[in-house]
Formats: sequence, C-alpha cells, structure tokens
Amino acid sequence: MNSALTIPAFGPMLPEILMAAGVLALVLFGAFRGERPGYGMSIIALALLAVTFVAVLMLPSERVETMGGSFVVDGFAKFMKALTLLGSAGGIILSLDYMRREGIYRFEYPILIVLSTIGMMMVISANDLIALYLGLELLSLSSYVIAAFDRDNVRSTEAGLKYFVLGALSSGMLLYGASLVYGFTGSVSFPVIATVLQGDVGIGAIVGLVFIAAGIAFKISAVPFHMWTPDVYEGSPTPVTAFFAAAPKMAGMAMATRVFIDAFPGILVQWQQIIVFISIASMALGSFAAIGQRNLKRLMAYSSIGNVGYALIGLAAGTPDGVQGVAIYMAIYLAMTLGTFAIILAMRRGNVMFESIDDLSGLSRTHPALAFCLAMMMFSLAGIPPLAGFFAKFYVFAAAIQANLVTLAVIGVVTSVIGAYYYLRIVKVMYFDEPVERFERMSPGVTFVLMVSSAVVLLFWLVPAPIVNAAGAAARSLF
Amino acid sequence: MLGFGILSGLLILPLVGAAFILTLRGDSEAARSNARWAALATTIATFLLSLVAWARFDVSSASFQLVESHVWLTDTIRFKLGVDGFSMPLILLTTFLMPFCILASWESIESRVKEYFVAFLVLETTMIGVFCALDLVLFYLFFEAGLIPMFLIIGIWGGKRRIYASFKFFLYTLLGSVLMLLAIMAMYWTAGTTDIPTLLAYKFAPNLQIWLWLAFFASFAVKMPMWPVHTWLPDAHVEAPTAGSVILAGVLLKMGGYGFIRVSLPMFPDASLYFAPLVYALSVIAIIYTSLVALMQEDIKKLIAYSSVAHMGFVTMGLFSMNEQGIQGAMFTMISHGLVSGALFLSVGVIYDRMHTREIKAYGGLVNRMPLYAVVFLILTMANVALPGTSGFIGEFLTLMGAFRSNTWVAFLATSGVILSAAYALWLYRRVVYGPLDKPALQGITDLNRREIITFAPLILLIIYYGVQPGPILDAFAAPTDALMNSVQAALATVKTAAVAAH
Repeated sequence: MNSALTIPAFGPMLPEILMAAGVLALVLFGAFRGERPGYGMSIIALALLAVTFVAVLMLPSERVETMGGSFVVDGFAKFMKALTLLGSAGGIILSLDYMRREGIYRFEYPILIVLSTIGMMMVISANDLIALYLGLELLSLSSYVIAAFDRDNVRSTEAGLKYFVLGALSSGMLLYGASLVYGFTGSVSFPVIATVLQGDVGIGAIVGLVFIAAGIAFKISAVPFHMWTPDVYEGSPTPVTAFFAAAPKMAGMAMATRVFIDAFPGILVQWQQIIVFISIASMALGSFAAIGQRNLKRLMAYSSIGNVGYALIGLAAGTPDGVQGVAIYMAIYLAMTLGTFAIILAMRRGNVMFESIDDLSGLSRTHPALAFCLAMMMFSLAGIPPLAGFFAKFYVFAAAIQANLVTLAVIGVVTSVIGAYYYLRIVKVMYFDEPVERFERMSPGVTFVLMVSSAVVLLFWLVPAPIVNAAGAAARSLF
Repeated sequence: MLGFGILSGLLILPLVGAAFILTLRGDSEAARSNARWAALATTIATFLLSLVAWARFDVSSASFQLVESHVWLTDTIRFKLGVDGFSMPLILLTTFLMPFCILASWESIESRVKEYFVAFLVLETTMIGVFCALDLVLFYLFFEAGLIPMFLIIGIWGGKRRIYASFKFFLYTLLGSVLMLLAIMAMYWTAGTTDIPTLLAYKFAPNLQIWLWLAFFASFAVKMPMWPVHTWLPDAHVEAPTAGSVILAGVLLKMGGYGFIRVSLPMFPDASLYFAPLVYALSVIAIIYTSLVALMQEDIKKLIAYSSVAHMGFVTMGLFSMNEQGIQGAMFTMISHGLVSGALFLSVGVIYDRMHTREIKAYGGLVNRMPLYAVVFLILTMANVALPGTSGFIGEFLTLMGAFRSNTWVAFLATSGVILSAAYALWLYRRVVYGPLDKPALQGITDLNRREIITFAPLILLIIYYGVQPGPILDAFAAPTDALMNSVQAALATVKTAAVAAH
C-alpha cells in the first residue's frame, strides 16, 4: 500500500470529533424540534461539553502529533482545552434564563457556542499555520453571529458588525503574516519553522512575525488592537459577553503561547520586544481607561484588556515558569470573570436588566451575600491576597523577575495599583453608599456559576496545589 | 510536622468566631447583642490561647519556636508558622488589644453590627498571621490581606471623609507593598526559597541588597509610617471609628517596624548600614517636624496621630542605630506605644461617644464633671510624653541611648523631640481637661461608666507596670537581639575590612 493512504490516528482528536458529530446531531434535532420553549437544546449542549471534557481529561499527557503533523496534543493543550470547555459551559449556563426572558432565545445559540468551542479547541491544538487559521475562522465566525444574537437591538447588531469587520481585518493580517513566514521558511509547520528560524533571520520573516502577532493580539484584545472590545462587550447580550470574556480568551492565550514558544523559539529576542510592548500598553490602557467607565460591561471590557496584559507578562518571559504563570492566570481569570458576569446578570428589577455601577449602590444592605461575592471578585481582580487573583499575578510577575524583565514587572505592579482604584470604587458603591431598590431573585444557573467561581476565588489560597501543579505540568510539556 | 499547632489555632479561632457571627440571623437587638458577645468571647479566647503559647515559649532561645510547616505552593514556598522573641510580644499585644476594641465598639457601633465584628475578627487573623509567618510569601499574604477589612472598617463605619480616607489608606499601602512583592520574588530566584529562617542565614550580594532593601523600605516606610509618606495616617485615624484607630495605632503600625527587624536588618545588613544615614535623617525629621505639626492640630485624634508618627520616628532611629540598646528600645517603644496610643484613642472615643465631636475647642474644664476621666487621660498623656515610671520612658530612653552611641547629633536632635512632645501633649490636656466648664453642651457630660473603667484599668496597670518592671519584655527581646547583632556585626566587619583593603 502507498503511504499516502495511511489513515491518521484519530485518538488524539477524539474530543473534537465527538463535538463535531454531536453538534451536527444537535442541528438536526433543533431543526426538527423547532422553536419550542424549554431547556432541551442547552442541556444537550452542556452534556456534549461535559462528555468532551471527560474525553479531554483522558487524553495522553505526552506530546502526540497526528493528521500529518497539523494537530498536536500535549499537556498544555489538555489544560487549556479544559479551561475553554469550562468557559463555554459557563456561557451556556448563564444564558439559560436570560435568553428566554429577553425573548431572544433561538435554538441556534447553544449550537453556535459549541461550534465556536470546536474552533477554539482546534486553535489550541494547531501545529501548523493552516490548521491555526481554520480553527480561528470557525471560532470567529460563530462569535460574530452570537455577538449580534439580539438582532432587533441596534447595539447588539452594531457589536456583531463591528466585531466582524475588524475581525476580518485581523484575520487578513494573520494570513498575510503566515504567507510571509511560509515564503521565508518554506513551511507552515511549527516545528519546521522553529528549526529554520534560528539566530539572525531576515527581515521578511520578522515582518511576517509582526503581522502574526498583530492578528493574535486582536483575538486576545490586547492593545493596540483592542478597539473593538468595549463596544462588543457592551453591545452583546450579557451572557454572550461573559462567554467572550471567558472561553475565547483561553483559546487566544493558548494560541499565542503555542505560536511563539513552538514556532519561534529561536528568535525569542525579536518577539519578546513585541510582547513586552503590547503587555505594557494593555496593562496601562486597561487600568487608566477603566477609571472613567460607569457601565459595568464596559468596565469589564477594559478590565479584560488589562488582564490580558498581565497574562502576557508570563509569555514575555518565554520560560517554562512563564508559561505556567500564563496557565494559572487564565484558570483564575476564568473564575473571576464568570463570577463577575454572573453578578451582572443578577442585576435585574422586574424585567429590566441594569448595567451601571450606580445600580449597585448599597448592595451590601439589600443583598449581603451577592455584595460580598462581588467585593471578593473585585479585590481578587485587583490582586489583593489571599484571594486567587493575587496568585495569578504572583506567578506571572515571578516569571518576569526570573527572566530579568524587572522594568516590565515594576510597570505591571504599578498599573495594578492604579487598576485597584476602579475595582475599589465598585466595592465603595456597594458598601459605603446608600441602598437603592432590591434586585429580583437570581436564577439557579447564575447562582450555580457564582457559587463555583466564588469558591475558587476565596479558597484557592488554602489548596493551591491542584491548579498550580497541573499548570506546571502543562507548561513543561511545551518545552 | 503534619499536625496543626497552637499558632494555627490562633489564626483559625477568630475566623471561627467570624463564621459563627455570620450565621446569626436577622438584625434584631438580640442578634446584635449575640454578635457583640460572640466577638468578645472569641477575642478573649484568642488572648487566652496566645497566653498558652507564651507559656510554652522559651524566652532564652533565639531560634524560632512552635514551628509548624504545611504543604502550600511548592516545596520551597510553604505554609510555615513560628515565633521568636521579637514576634511573640507583638502577637500578645494584638490579642490583648482586641477585646478592648470590641468593648469600645459596644455601643458606638449601631449600624451593621454583625459585619463590623466579622471584619474585626478577620483583621485579627491577618495581624497574627503577619507576626507568625515564617515564609515571605505568607508574610506578604497576611500583610496585604489586612487591607481589605481595614478598608471596609474605615469606609463603612468612619466619619465624614471616610471614603477619601479609606481609598488613601488602601492605595498608599498597596503601592508600597507591591514593590516588596517583587523583591520577595527576586529573593526567591536568588536564594531558591522564601523560607525566612533559611533566608536569615543566606548572604545576598551587596549590590542586590541595595535594591531589595529599597523595595522593602517602600513598603515598611509607608506602613510605619515614616516622613514623608505618613500623610495617609492622620486621615485614616481621624475618619476611622475608635476601635479602628486603636488597632491602626496599636498593631498595624507595628508591622512596619516588625518588617524592618525581621527582614531588612538581618537579611540585608550591608544595605541597612549603607542606608542608615537616610533612615536617621527621616526619623529625626519625623520626630521634630510631626511634633511641631501636632502642636497646631485642632482635632484631638489628628494630634494623637501625628504624635504616633513622631514615636515611630524613635522606633526607626533605634532600629537603625544597630546596637543592643537601640534595637531593644525600638521594640519596647513599639509595645509601649501599642498600649499607650491604643488607650489614648480609646479615651478620645469616650468623649467622642458623648459629644460627637473631636474638636479641641469644643471641650474644656472636663475635670469638673469627669474626675475619673481626667485621671485616666492624665496618666495616658504622661505615658505619651514618656514620663519616667511609665512604659513610654523605657522605650524612648533606650532608643536615645542607642542613637547616642552611634551618632551624637541624631540623639541630640531627637531629644528635642521629647520636649516638643511634652509641649503638645500637656497643652492638649490643659485645653481639654482644665479651665472653666463654660460650654453649655458640656454641662450634662457624664463620667466613665463601668464598661469604660473595665476597659481602661488593665491598660493603665500594664503601662505603669512595664514602666517600673520592663524586665519581662526586654528578656524576650534579648536572645533574638543578640542573634541579630551577630549577623549585623559580621557585615560591619566585612565593610571595615573592605575599607582597609581599599586603602
């Protein structure tokens, strides 16, 4: 037999195959079932994510390549895929009641989330530029649609359109960069690029690297490619914003880490400058621009820009400890962001959703438990120990100090103090100001997400070992 | 080493009390009363437990005792607790002051009573944690975690400008501390661990020491607070509720001094020597300048706050004189100031609860209606002035003696601060207590009630007892001071040898 006919190993791709098959069945099921009310579609989608989660955990931890080297599974991919799946599940759980109440429920919503998740998992496991691009497009196109899911709402449609136009631009830049890198190295495969690009490389490959970095920076909403973030976060339906802030961020950081560490290790000096710059710019913009915001969703958009900046510190270090820092940061950030959005979703009086900081006034008297959870999320985002956010920052800063990026670390801690100001302001509004009207009872899904994420944020310091060790193992598998 | 020891107990006990208060339902008078009693019982139990720890503590040993170590972040960053002669008295001070804080808040806190006591109990855990942490990351964790409850205490139960004060307090201290965090990481990568006993034995390169010292200084100087980064303290003190001021002055300020003696001096002896003139200069400015500022204050709490800054100047001066008298005097001043300033803020709280103003002008002639209060306030004022026979004298005398041995001019200038402190304290006393009682609002003011007498009696007894018998506390400091002196002397010797070699 001819070797070209060898069937590739499907084992490592089992989670993606499961999801793809599942989502096709889901489309058929939804089409036959029609627009019937009930949680059926969402429950099936959640079950699909759960099964995939188990399949991901059962993957081997050592590095396996398949599909002719386009697809790779290692400890890092496992860790980040698990986080992504949790983020997607959070996005669906938070939407359970919201979509119905707002009258925008359509059976495509869980389907689009699952499709987008398949894209994310492809991106995380991509081992060449083509696979990367395919995954990225699947992820992005599904995202554009769900951003505009509230299609009769001007802000939501504007968010979708803006996301699409700017996203297309960034995809173009990524493709252009990929074509340059291919032209100058003769390959799209990360390991081959890594062996070709060593030491003093030509300007062409560097330009390609810059364009790829720009495309990636757009996906993770890092400065200077962040402009879409506040508008899309504010305009999209809130559960969609929660999903955008959680799952695609996991995949985006995983993609950034894999591309730079796996494909360009030989020219670390070149890309380190880029990452250091976008990290500083993101942290600074994230902390300064958020000060003036009155809308919580917009504030969380700037907060997420800043948080990407902190996570990038770990990548800038370019060491196993740095990547471990990125992995821990993203895991903790996932809990903090889902918890915060759960609280934003709880801000409802009658059938009206509230999004402004002032609407939280006196929350500690009307809803003490809710106020306590949000205060802990805010202190955690500000990086105050003993909350989880402190450990997230601890690991990335430690990696930066180890890699001798002292200036970056100092700028990082100073911006985190500036950022603390706006997180504190939310605590102030809840605890120091006079109460306004009560909110409605939280729906069970939102309560569940809030409880899980609060537990992670509050209790991480007592048992840090599971996440820290898993992230450490994940990071070592990349080197 | 897997079991949990007495120090874990000290950390967990206040949290248990806080959890119990959280389970109380409703906001009825009964629930509030239960919260008060539960908080009082918890703090007293914690104090008793710390006495047990003290009984098991061997004063003659310089090593860390009651050590326990649990798995935490990595093998080299562990959850390690232990105490030595420097930290044990500070833990006792913390647990001793807490019941008084609860008593002082008995009637003055009327809104959100449960939350108030929960915040205080959580704060107690973080304060004890700072003093018994034997790992720098753990130390930082407790050091910073205390900001959260204190921010809420000032912001929710504070005075008119509480929001400004709470933000200033939080952001000032946070900015100082984050640099310390980076220094801790640098030490981790250099020495391979953040275990304090190991780091005490580790010799950092002199030029690295300079940077590490500066980073830690940024944090401790703000916390202390030293001139010119002291401006958050008067604001925080004035706006905080009485018990908040007591804890702020009594314990939180001591974290800076404790940090210097635990980290800066023993781990970076070369840098400490190098920067000693800077610390001297800042200390002397603090002593003279803030005493002058205190003279002109119109708010009683603000005056005491400035006098705290001046006293902390004595502490830093004593610490960096780097001889036995100076260091022991600084430690003694910290304990004594914890008792004296705590009691002073309590006594301001007494008249504030009655009149709801802290303006000096609003008072006068209190001796006519409040003879008992006049006696209490007189003793505390004298202790603040460091009159011989009170604990304040021992501390100031030792620090001045230590400073004199190392730099006569510093001692000379600092001594003038003693005179100034007498000036502002006695003037305050004259304006508040003496004179005719001609203000109509004061006609009906009542003397100390039983709860207040119970609060002040032990504090005053201790202040006088330690003024006459300083031995018990000084003995505790002796062994670790010797150990510290050995490491500093070694650094001093190397510097001298290097200087000789350079010639």
